Amino acid sequence: MLTPQARGPLSDRVLAAMRDGATAHLVQVPEAEVAEDAQLTLWALYEQHYRGFDDVPAALEWDPHLIAVRRHLEEDFERILRDRTPPAPHAEPFAETFFAYIADHDGPSVAAHVQRAATSEQVRELLRHRSIYHLKESDHTTWAIPRLSDPVKAAVMELQFDEYGCGDPDRLHAHLFALGLEASGLRREYGSYVDDAPVEILEQNNAMSLFGLNRRLRAASLGFLAAFEATSSTPSRRMAQGLDRLGFPTAMIDYYLEHVEADAVHEQLAVRTICGVLLQEEPDLLEDVYFGAWTSMDLEDRYAERMLQEWAA
Amino acid sequence: MNRPERTDHPDVILCPDGPMLLRGDHVVQDEDGQQHRTSRPVSAVCRCGESMIPPWCDGTHKVLSQHCRR
Repeated sequence: MLTPQARGPLSDRVLAAMRDGATAHLVQVPEAEVAEDAQLTLWALYEQHYRGFDDVPAALEWDPHLIAVRRHLEEDFERILRDRTPPAPHAEPFAETFFAYIADHDGPSVAAHVQRAATSEQVRELLRHRSIYHLKESDHTTWAIPRLSDPVKAAVMELQFDEYGCGDPDRLHAHLFALGLEASGLRREYGSYVDDAPVEILEQNNAMSLFGLNRRLRAASLGFLAAFEATSSTPSRRMAQGLDRLGFPTAMIDYYLEHVEADAVHEQLAVRTICGVLLQEEPDLLEDVYFGAWTSMDLEDRYAERMLQEWAA
Repeated sequence: MNRPERTDHPDVILCPDGPMLLRGDHVVQDEDGQQHRTSRPVSAVCRCGESMIPPWCDGTHKVLSQHCRR
């Protein structure tokens, strides 16, 4: 993947420095003029810790000037996300309270639109946007694993092993999505469509990386996971039905059908054996579990609101 | 941190108002006598009877329990 198109003065300056390796002047960077300028810059800085860019020297992964810019941007972003988050429910037992919290959340649904009314072109746009995450699906949770106690670590691995195809690359979820993209006539190469991604998609991806890459936010990472899994089975079925209605290829439909079944397992694991056990060990992390959970649902709502509005126009 | 030396790791977990989780490899026989082999580290077997992908859970129980709560 090559570095994306800049979306303002900040991303322009930082992306240029990443490409030419001259980062020392980044001690003074322009302020982002718009949110997507900051979000794209943060996304590119996080990407250094995944598979990176072909036009950026690999040695820059831990460049202190780039890390300093990232810290500045992620502090701002975390503050924004926390300001959006309502207080956590404290009722016991945790699992039932958490599932009720998810069920009571009423947001707009892209999947319901795909199921009933979306055009093929709208779905292709959606798949391009989703590809930013789905082509590195679950990797952000893997960041959290070394930061966890033995029982929680083992529980996360039980879930992640399934995400990664139980050792079979042809069952790895990100690979299933790549096959679906290819069959649908879309580009399957990692990061192909980042220039098409609206700010809401960049925020979703950045929140996952923020939580995964900061040890102090491990509970938010696992709360995000739990809410993500707990809001996946039914929308995945709707996606599969919509794709079938529009005549999309089997490989794309299969990706979503796999998630109907897998995520009905994963939501139980994420809530009960992962977050539940984490909170038995460290009850003070409850607020952060819900911070992650809220962020997961809220960022999807923001994306859905934007796209449903655009598609209705 | 208060952590027990041994952590519970049962083969079968009955989730309140939810599925039965099965750890490991099993063959599940459904009501019609059809056999289904598990394919995941953990599988979720439907207990509400409303799943569209029986014998596996698809999360439909959550819709049922939400209706009960309202």
